[in-house]
Amino acid sequence: MKKDYSILVGGQAGQGSRKAGLIIAKIFNRMGYNVFIHDDYQSLIKGGHNFSQIRASQEEYLTHRKKADFILALDNKTIEKHKTILNKDGIIISGERSCEIVKELNGSRIMGNIAMIAIFSKMIGIDWKMLSNVFKKEISRDIEKNLEIAKKAYDETKELFKIEKLKDKANPLLTGNEAIALGAIDAGLDIYSAYPMTPATSILHYLAEKRKTITSQAENEISAIHSIIGSAYAGKRSMTGTSGGGFALMTEAISFASIAEVPILIVNSQRAGPASGVPTYSAQSDLLFTINAGHGDITRFVASPGDANEAYSLSGKLLNLAWKYQTPAILLADKELSESTYEFYSKKNKKENELLWNKKGEYQRYKITKNGISPLAYPGQTIVKSTSYEHDELGYTTEDGDLVVAMQDKRLRKFKEMEREVDKIEAVKVYGNKNSDKAIICWGSTKGAVKETAEILGLKVIQVLFLQPLPTKQIKKHLKGINKLISVECNSTGQLSILLSQYGIKVDKQILKYDARPFTPEDLEIKLKKL
Amino acid sequence: MKIENTWCPGCGNFGILESMKRAIKELGQNNVVLVSDIGCNSKIVDYLNVSSINSLHGRPIPTASGIKMANPKLKVIVSTGDGGSLNEGISHLIHAAKKNTDITVIMHNNRLFALTTGQYTAVSPKGFKGKSTPYGSIEEPLNPLELMKVSKASFISRTYSTKIDYTKDMIVEAVNHKGFSFVEILQPCPSFFDTFKFYNERVYEAPRDEKLINEWDYINESKIPLGVFYKEERPTYEDEI
Repeated sequence: MKKDYSILVGGQAGQGSRKAGLIIAKIFNRMGYNVFIHDDYQSLIKGGHNFSQIRASQEEYLTHRKKADFILALDNKTIEKHKTILNKDGIIISGERSCEIVKELNGSRIMGNIAMIAIFSKMIGIDWKMLSNVFKKEISRDIEKNLEIAKKAYDETKELFKIEKLKDKANPLLTGNEAIALGAIDAGLDIYSAYPMTPATSILHYLAEKRKTITSQAENEISAIHSIIGSAYAGKRSMTGTSGGGFALMTEAISFASIAEVPILIVNSQRAGPASGVPTYSAQSDLLFTINAGHGDITRFVASPGDANEAYSLSGKLLNLAWKYQTPAILLADKELSESTYEFYSKKNKKENELLWNKKGEYQRYKITKNGISPLAYPGQTIVKSTSYEHDELGYTTEDGDLVVAMQDKRLRKFKEMEREVDKIEAVKVYGNKNSDKAIICWGSTKGAVKETAEILGLKVIQVLFLQPLPTKQIKKHLKGINKLISVECNSTGQLSILLSQYGIKVDKQILKYDARPFTPEDLEIKLKKL
Repeated sequence: MKIENTWCPGCGNFGILESMKRAIKELGQNNVVLVSDIGCNSKIVDYLNVSSINSLHGRPIPTASGIKMANPKLKVIVSTGDGGSLNEGISHLIHAAKKNTDITVIMHNNRLFALTTGQYTAVSPKGFKGKSTPYGSIEEPLNPLELMKVSKASFISRTYSTKIDYTKDMIVEAVNHKGFSFVEILQPCPSFFDTFKFYNERVYEAPRDEKLINEWDYINESKIPLGVFYKEERPTYEDEI
């Protein structure tokens, strides 16, 4: 039997359940397990109910399990809410003893989570030296007191079994948002400007902390996107990030960046809408909105990662593509991807240089070329005229009908090149039983549950990474021999199916989920078996 | 000139264009980037041979802030109108002033939306009869200089479009000021709001005095002071970030 543990740690906001989840994940990570953390939290600061679900397994899984082997309850509500998901032979550790130890040793209330981790670690036979090392690395304040509390909790707990160490090597753990930020940095990101909005905010936090870019908080999303348009016009690789509501505010500027041919990268991390919706929970309901964002006949690059490693590579890829084609690119993430923690191993992104002006003759920002791409120059080097209006080759405004057509045709040729580009790269991935005549098609973070379930049930999986331009050739190639195509999405209208239907690809059955929570493999298996 | 000028005959913008030409000559053509809004004023980018980006309505200020952040060596000037900076994009104006972003905002103030054929803006006088307010606007106007003062702009000034060299000098001084500078240029619109006579009778070149910001409240028929009313040195956003 392959090792596969599921641990839930929950408590009120302010009790440190998320931190506890991360520390537990790091312990398993050091023991050579693959780990994944799903964080569930409410839109409040103190009180309420938050929990993390940690999956520690021999194989790489990209999602949490519905069921838990251990429930670490920092408060009683955690037990009430989650006891039904406890596996047979599962263990609940209630928070009372942790609280008492903290009180006995005059610690502060939040240290209850450390006592809880120590109790749990002893039960599963974690060595004290390793545990204390993890604490030292992860706790920034009051380490002495925390260790004193942890030691007492550890020493008084009985070991139930000894968890097996799998390997010595541990990969770093990153959230999807951290991977997005790192991927962009490695592809040459210079400037990040954003307005806080869950679940994209941690990109802003991470970059502000890292100091590898200029990181600026704008007065609103409209300002953020216009600011990066300015930075990119001046030659710096620039990105912004937001969620549905903020993205809606940015759409006029996407149109501007498209006609002005300014390369920008926008991260749109979806949460459950419409409007304010369920702000700290996940959904995939902005696909059609995103691929149509911006008025006028424009094409953007839109790609959606299914895990942190894809988030890293796609954010770098999109930044490079934005600069190669001088066009807006959108990384379409979702709360589950952005804020879940994954094991991270890819680190290959490189900055690919943009097409630059050869400095001969008068510079024409919008020079009409065969492939529609005009060489770039930046203000300070020569006169560079850029504009949101239709324009001539130099960048002066025009209303002349022939010139309007010539310029739109230039951009259409470029959009065609963008389609060819997507055809050339890995824009679709396939998993599971490649010989099956039944396939599941999915996008974004749903990949985790779909891939795992399909492997159990012997189905093929087609994951669409690029949503615009849509890699129809690659999708159709993988559909050969498929008799039944099932889409799995976290929205209520089947947006991927609608998109595919525009290209003559018929989805036979849809599995849709819109309770603002991601799929778990257990639920998905039941639904797939019913079809 | 690369393209035909489409401003109305007698437009106040011609004076501003001439002042800008002279200012850019002094500032050095290669280092200047002009960022414009939407409206009659913003056509100025097509009439000047400098690097420029014509942004969207209300948004040139964040575009300019991004340029300055990317390349602090550039002298970044925004050409906007009262509609763009006080109606559509007022939040950007306030925040750029507060941040002390090192850019110059030149507000061509004709006190109405002209390119959309005459509607009231945030600085139109109460009672203004435009196409959307045929019986007179019911709102009191803002004093943009007062707004800039409370928004912590570090350079606040006003000029009049007919005063070519006076305006040129003020633009140069504003651009050379380290920090956020705001230049209001009173700009009559002969087609929809002809204020030439009104201004000619009232404007005067005043000494630097912060209190003069409140002398004319855009309602009364008092004298209208021109000049740099306020100037302070403090670290810029780009210095600190």
